[in-house]
Amino acid sequence: MTQTNPIRDPEDETRRPVSPTGGRTGMRLIVPLQGVVQGRGGLILGSLIPCALFYFLQFYLKRHRSPPPPASPSSSNLPELARTSSRSNLTSRGSMGQARVSSRASSIAKPNDSPYYIGLDRASEDAYDELENPNGVIQLGLSENRLSLDLIEQWLSRNLNGSILGGGGGGLSMSGIATYQAFDDGLWELKVAMAGFMSQIMGRAVSFNPSQLVLTSGATPAIEILCFCLADPGHAFLIPTPYYPGFDRDVRWRTGVELIPVHCRSSDNFTLSITALDQAYNQVRKRGQKVRGILLSNPSNPVGSILTRETLYNLLDFARDKNIHIISDEIFAGSIYGSEEFVSMAEILDSEDVDRNRVHIVYGLSKDLSLPGFRVGAIYSWNEHVLTASKQLTRFCSISAPTQRLLIPMLSDTRFTQEYIETNRKRIQSMYDLFVAGLEQLGIKCAKSSGGLYCWADMRELIRPYNEKGELDLWDKLLNIAKINVTPGSACHCIEPGWFRCCFTTLSKKDIPLVIERIRKVVETCKPPS
Amino acid sequence: MTIEIEQPRVGLSKIAVSKTHGEDSPYFAGWKAYDENPYDEFRNPSGVIQMGLAENQVSFDILEEYLEQHAEEASWGKKASGFRENALFQDYHGLQSFRKAMASFMEKIREGRTKFNPDRVVLTAGATAANELLTFILADPGDALLVPTPYYPGFDRDLRWRTGVNIVPIHCDSSNNFQVTPQALEAAYKNAESMNIKVRGVLITNPSNPLGVTIHRSTLEQILDFVTIKNIHLVSDEIYSGSVFSPTEFTSIAEILESRSYKDCERVHIVYSLSKDLGLPGFRVGTIYSYNDRVVTTARRMSSFTLISSQTQQLLGSMLSDEKFTGNYITKNRERLRNRYEKMVGGLRNAGVECLEGNAGLFCWVNLSPLLESQTRESELAVWEAILHRVKLNISPGSSCHCSEPGWFRVCFANMSEKTLEVALKRIQSFMEERKITSG
Repeated sequence: MTQTNPIRDPEDETRRPVSPTGGRTGMRLIVPLQGVVQGRGGLILGSLIPCALFYFLQFYLKRHRSPPPPASPSSSNLPELARTSSRSNLTSRGSMGQARVSSRASSIAKPNDSPYYIGLDRASEDAYDELENPNGVIQLGLSENRLSLDLIEQWLSRNLNGSILGGGGGGLSMSGIATYQAFDDGLWELKVAMAGFMSQIMGRAVSFNPSQLVLTSGATPAIEILCFCLADPGHAFLIPTPYYPGFDRDVRWRTGVELIPVHCRSSDNFTLSITALDQAYNQVRKRGQKVRGILLSNPSNPVGSILTRETLYNLLDFARDKNIHIISDEIFAGSIYGSEEFVSMAEILDSEDVDRNRVHIVYGLSKDLSLPGFRVGAIYSWNEHVLTASKQLTRFCSISAPTQRLLIPMLSDTRFTQEYIETNRKRIQSMYDLFVAGLEQLGIKCAKSSGGLYCWADMRELIRPYNEKGELDLWDKLLNIAKINVTPGSACHCIEPGWFRCCFTTLSKKDIPLVIERIRKVVETCKPPS
Repeated sequence: MTIEIEQPRVGLSKIAVSKTHGEDSPYFAGWKAYDENPYDEFRNPSGVIQMGLAENQVSFDILEEYLEQHAEEASWGKKASGFRENALFQDYHGLQSFRKAMASFMEKIREGRTKFNPDRVVLTAGATAANELLTFILADPGDALLVPTPYYPGFDRDLRWRTGVNIVPIHCDSSNNFQVTPQALEAAYKNAESMNIKVRGVLITNPSNPLGVTIHRSTLEQILDFVTIKNIHLVSDEIYSGSVFSPTEFTSIAEILESRSYKDCERVHIVYSLSKDLGLPGFRVGTIYSYNDRVVTTARRMSSFTLISSQTQQLLGSMLSDEKFTGNYITKNRERLRNRYEKMVGGLRNAGVECLEGNAGLFCWVNLSPLLESQTRESELAVWEAILHRVKLNISPGSSCHCSEPGWFRVCFANMSEKTLEVALKRIQSFMEERKITSG
C-alpha cells in the first residue's frame, strides 16, 4: 500500500535558511569543488585548502557586509516555507541525463518568489481558526468574498434540494449534462443568463448580447486568451500600477507578451492620467517595441477605485488615436460600496456607433458571486475575429457541464440575483466601514476607494527605510509577528513604497478587533521615536 | 445621411488569424454537414448519422443508476459548510480526495498492475488542455514532437496552435498493421534534424486513435528505449485505456516503467481523462500524470488556466472512490463496447468491407481502398464526400488523420444507440451493393 515516488518540490534546493526577523542575512553555503577538480596539490591540499579559504572568505564578508541595495522581492531572504510534498525516493538519476523542459517551463518553475504568493501559502498552511488555531495567520491577502455565501446556500436548498447536479427537476439526465460540448464556449442558456446577470450587476445601465459572450473556466484563462488573440510574443500592454500581482503570470507566462507599467501616485489618489499613458506609450515605441493595448481593472485592484465616465472616454480616444485595444477587467463590478456609480466600458461603447472592435471586457463569478471554485469567466467583445478565435480557444478551458447546469437557473432567477447583489453590497460596505475605522484607530489611513473586496492602506510612515526593503520588512513583521497576511505594494508594482492591500471580506465582524489588535502590536514597534 | 468612415483595423495576433486550428479540414466539415441535417430516428430518418465523433454513450445508464442510488454523492457532502468550502476552493492542487479517486480509478483500469501516486496527478479541464500544457512545458516554439500516424486530427490544433511547436510524423502503414517500428522512429527523428528542428519528445496514443488498437508491449519497450537514447520525453495519451475490450490486452507505459524499476522514468508523462471511458466529455476532467517532479510542479501552476470546477471534483470524487461501482462499470463498459465493435465489424463484413483488427476504443479503422479510383488522397476525399452526401454518414477520412496510405477511414460506433448503428450498417450495405452493380 505504500505509494512510491512521492514528489519533492525541486525549489526546496534553492531555498536558504533565514533569521526570524527576516533581515538580509544568511550565509551562503556553497561546496567548493575547484580544488578537487583541478587536482593540484593532491586531494587533501587541493581540496581542503580552497574549501577552508572559501568558507573564511564567506564568513568575513558576512561580518563586514554593507547594507545591500534595495532588491526586488525575489531575494531568497524571505521566510522558508514548509512544502507539503515529501522526499522522492526515485532510486536512479538516469544514466543518459535528464530530458530538459522548455525554457518557458524553466522560467515558470522558479520559486514563487513574490510575497504575494509566499504570503498566500503561509496563510493557508497555518490558517487561523478561532477554536483550532487561534494563533494562526489571518488571511487578508486573498480577495475572496465570504460575506454572502449563505444567500446562495439558501437558494440551493430552496430550488435544488441541495443537489449538486442542479439541472432543475428531479431527473439527472446524464446524457444532457455529459455529452460532447459542441459549444465549448458555453451553453446558449448560460450565455443568456450571464448576459442578464452582467447587466444587473452593472445597474442595468447597459445590456449585454449573449452572442458576444465567450465563456471560460475562470477569468484567468479569459485574460490569457485575449492576450493570445491581440498580441504576438514581444508585444506589450500598458497597465496602470499598482496592479493585481496575478497579471504578471496570466498575461506574460505563455504568451510572451510584456506588461509596461504606467505609474500612478497617491498625490492624485492613484488616478490614471492620459499624459502618463502617453509618455509610457512613446517610450515603448522609441525602443522599437509594439504596444497592442491597455489592460485596465475597473474597479481597480488593489486600490479599489472606479474609473470616471470622463476617464473612460479619454481612454477610448487614446486607444483610437494609437489604434490599440482596451481590455477592461470588470470582475469586481458588482462589489462596489459607497455612493459612486460604476460605469462599464460597455456603457461608453453603447453610446458610440463606430470603432468598437478594439474593446474587450473580462468578467467572472469568482468575486461578485463568491464562486471561485466553479471556474466561471467570460470574454465580452465587439470584435468578430476575436470572438471567433476565442471561441475556438475555449476548448482548452471550458466550463464544466454540471456547473453550467447549476448556474443557469440560479442566474436566471433575477429576483434572487437582485436581492443578492443588493445585500452583498451592503455587507461589503459595513465591513469596509468597520475595517477602515479600525485601521484609522491605529493612525493608518486608506486610499479613497469605492469597489473591490479590499482597501489600500497607507503605512508609509511606518516603514524604515522609506523604500522597498523597508516595506518588505514591515510585511514580514506583519506576517510573522502579527500573523496577518497582507499584500505589499511592491508585489503590485506600486511605485511608492509603504502601501498594503488588505482584503476584509474573508473576515466576519467579530474578527476585526482581533485583526486590529494584532496590527497594533507591530505598528507600535514601527512608530518613529518621538 | 451617414458617411461610412474607413477606420484603420486594429491589429490581431498571428495566433488569432492563423489556420493552425485546422477547422477547415474534412474532419470538421463533416460535422458541419451533420449539424445541418442530423439523423433522428423519428423526426429525420434520412438525416446524416454522426460516425465521426468518438464519444461513448453505451454506459450512461450505469452512471445514472449509481447517482440515483447514492444521493449523498450528489450533494455537497455531509458537513454543513460543504457547499461553502467547495465554492471557495480554487487551489490548483485540486481536491485531494478527487486526486486520490483519479489515481485509484487509473489503477483499477490497469487491474492493479501499477500504482499511481495521487501527488503526481495534475488536474486539467480535459485531456485537450493536458496535451497542450505538456507541450508548453516540454518544448519551445519551433521544436517538434514526433507523433505516429495516423493520429487524432485534434492534435494538429492542440499541440501546435498556441505553443508554436511542430508535429513531425512517424510514418506507419498497413504492412505491419500500422505499428510503430524503430526504423520509423529513426526516420522521423532524422527528418526533423534535416529541417533543423529540435525534437523534444514522442507522443503516442495508447490505445491508438484512430486505429482502435493497443500498442504491443514490445513496441512500447522499443519506443521507451528510443526516447532514452535520444534523451527526449515520452507522452503516453492513455485516454482510451478503459475502453479496451479485454483488460489483459492493454499494457500501460506505467507497467513498462515499473518492470524497469522506474529507472530513468522522469522523461515519461501520461495523459488521461474521463471523457471517453466514463462518457463525460462535458465535465472537462483531464489529468497529467508525470514521473518528473519539475513537470508536476510546473504543470500544476500552469493548470491555473484550466482548472476543473470544484463542484465537479466533489461530485466525481466519491463516485470514483467507490470500488464496487468502478469495478462494475469498467467491466460492463468493456463488454458493451466489445459487443458494439463485433456488431460493427460483422455488419461491415457482410457488406464486403474489411477493417483493421481492433481491440479497443470507440471506433473501427476501416479499409475502403477498393473503392478508390486511384490510390490518392483526392480519390479518398471523393469517396468520403460520396459517403457523406449520398449515404449520409459522417466518417473521418484517413487523410485528416495524416495517414500516409489513402483509403482508410475511422468509423465510430459508440456514440449512438444500437438501432441507429443498425441503420448505419444497412446504409453501408446498400451503398456497397450499388457499387457492385454499377461496377460489375
